[in-house]
Amino acid sequence: MSADTLIPEWQERVRAAQVTGVPLRIRGGGTKDFYGERLEGEVFDVSAHAGIVDYDPTELVITARGGTRLAEIEATMTEAGQMLAFEPPQFGDAATLGGCVATGLSGPRRPYAGAVRDFVLGVRVIDGKGDNLRFGGKVMKNVAGFDVSRLMTGALGTLGVLLEVSLKCLPLPKAETTIVFEMPAPEAVRKINEWAGQPLPLSASAWHEERLYVRLSGAEAAVGAARDKLGGEEMAGADGGNWWRSLREQRMAFYATASQLWRLSVKPTAPFTDLGTFQMIEWGGALRWLNVASVLETATVREWAQDSGGHATLFRSASRHAGVFQPLQPALLDIHRRLKATFDPAGILNRGRMYPEF
Amino acid sequence: MHCLKYGLTVHNVRKVRTVLIDGRVVEVGADALDAAGYDLLALMIGSEGLLGVATEITVKLTPKPLTAQCAMAAFDDLGKAGAAVGGIIAAGIIPGGMEIMDKAATRAVEDFVHAGYNVDAEAILLVESDGTPEEVAEEMARIKAVLDFAGAVEVRISVNEAERLLFWAGRKAAFPAVGRISPDYYCIDGTIPRRALPEVLRSIQAMTAQFGLRCANVFHAGDGNLHPLILFDANVPGELERTEAFAARILELCIAVGGTITGEHGVGIEKINQMCLQFSAAELTRFLGIKAAFDPLSLLNPGKGVPTLRRCAEFGRMHVHSGHEKFPELPRF
Repeated sequence: MSADTLIPEWQERVRAAQVTGVPLRIRGGGTKDFYGERLEGEVFDVSAHAGIVDYDPTELVITARGGTRLAEIEATMTEAGQMLAFEPPQFGDAATLGGCVATGLSGPRRPYAGAVRDFVLGVRVIDGKGDNLRFGGKVMKNVAGFDVSRLMTGALGTLGVLLEVSLKCLPLPKAETTIVFEMPAPEAVRKINEWAGQPLPLSASAWHEERLYVRLSGAEAAVGAARDKLGGEEMAGADGGNWWRSLREQRMAFYATASQLWRLSVKPTAPFTDLGTFQMIEWGGALRWLNVASVLETATVREWAQDSGGHATLFRSASRHAGVFQPLQPALLDIHRRLKATFDPAGILNRGRMYPEF
Repeated sequence: MHCLKYGLTVHNVRKVRTVLIDGRVVEVGADALDAAGYDLLALMIGSEGLLGVATEITVKLTPKPLTAQCAMAAFDDLGKAGAAVGGIIAAGIIPGGMEIMDKAATRAVEDFVHAGYNVDAEAILLVESDGTPEEVAEEMARIKAVLDFAGAVEVRISVNEAERLLFWAGRKAAFPAVGRISPDYYCIDGTIPRRALPEVLRSIQAMTAQFGLRCANVFHAGDGNLHPLILFDANVPGELERTEAFAARILELCIAVGGTITGEHGVGIEKINQMCLQFSAAELTRFLGIKAAFDPLSLLNPGKGVPTLRRCAEFGRMHVHSGHEKFPELPRF
């Protein structure tokens, strides 16, 4: 079905749901069903609205429909020598652009290049009133109106159905290499922060099982000079690329074996703290993953994250009854409720997916 | 000038302590790289004081590049300069800065700062490379090759820091330089997809004749942000009004080619009517809803940033496009 007929049909569906009050559960490839609070309502499959709408590499902008597979977008961009610099995790071949933007999840390059929200330039959405709205655009700089494109990013579909997204593209680095250091976690956190304050071509960093992995990307000469300066052991051939891919997609045993996987987003310099469980440290210290074999006291995790300047998310867990996202302080929760009411007054889009309150 | 490579304000602010209209104090954003809930930080950036009072701001710092070098290229045609910008991007280069000035702007600044610009050129393109010395040497060689290939009539690469700063001094003095040659000037801030540059500049050229006003153009070429400077004299009756009409036409043109009425300067009061052209009534209603989510009684900077639908209706009545009245559902007074 063409977009000309599909979009009005979807608008109708949303308007009908507004009347009946039956919530719609927006779904693309279904690869991120595990993420967030409860899944409620009728499945609203949006994968049919797919395809790259506009891609001119010299503009550094790609516009694609929400149902477009991330794999297709990345393959097209690779061919043109460009990339989605936030390295979105796919968590499955069926992952779509809409899901990527709705969950707002970014990969290893995030601390050095930016997050999904940093690359979103514009969106077209159907909101909870059934209106077809466009915010932002296809240009790099745009301060007309509030930044609704970024508000939609990471909103887990609670504010609108993403029909189309424009993203900033970046060139693939000419050279890339990964170096590894044997190092305990406290020292790794100190080191990686020290390096982040220097003009080095860092593009990813992770600490896992007593090793610090550092990826360098950029011009051949810059990568070579940084490698010589930092030392460490260089990973051979494609091993480095494969390692980061596996980290990004959470294919490592660390992720697979957790009965609860916590994502702690904290101040990068927060000192390493043994929270009584295995840890994976990413993003120059700003992301700490906890692999919890049994059950860890939720309050302990949330408190540590908050004291460390951030928040904790129960990323994967069989049971989500303890709440997935860090509770919002009352003043912020009020604003969230009113924003939700602005875009979705009947509360039909992905109800309860982010917070039980809306 | 460096935002193509280093990001905009929204990319470099981590956290804003904000006093809300009800007196409660909140932290929007975090010391971490993200915060729980909706991206309220993005809403706050560029919100023109409509949502809260920022009392403390945490920004991200970027290590200073070890070195930088600037290429100055002269072109006998603006289109060629625009194509050179596309060529640099296509070569996989994200320069630390990339700026175009047209002939009128070049002449005004050369008279003022004597940066050594070629005043016969139709366009001057400045391209900066920054990073480690190895990186800059490698990148500059590639930039030079693209500029030559694009048909630059002259390419000079800064040989030292003093010369690099001199190349930039002209561009950075563009506004005061234009102020020297005209009693008044009016700066516009539209952003366009870069490929539309030749078309937009041709149209602006045609409008100078139509409105009987001069216009000098400076352009953040890397990110498509145009700053046409309309030269006028406010003491001449009617010139200010003609200037405003000219400016409005340029902004409408930016919207028509898929761009925006403001890339970085904001809407404020001045561009509030053009908001009615860029956004539909439904979209503006959501903006008003966002405003109300933070400030239900509209006490913070009322009347700025987002027009009321009534204002749009009144503007529409003054300014009907191609016979289509905007917001016909609204009562007129």
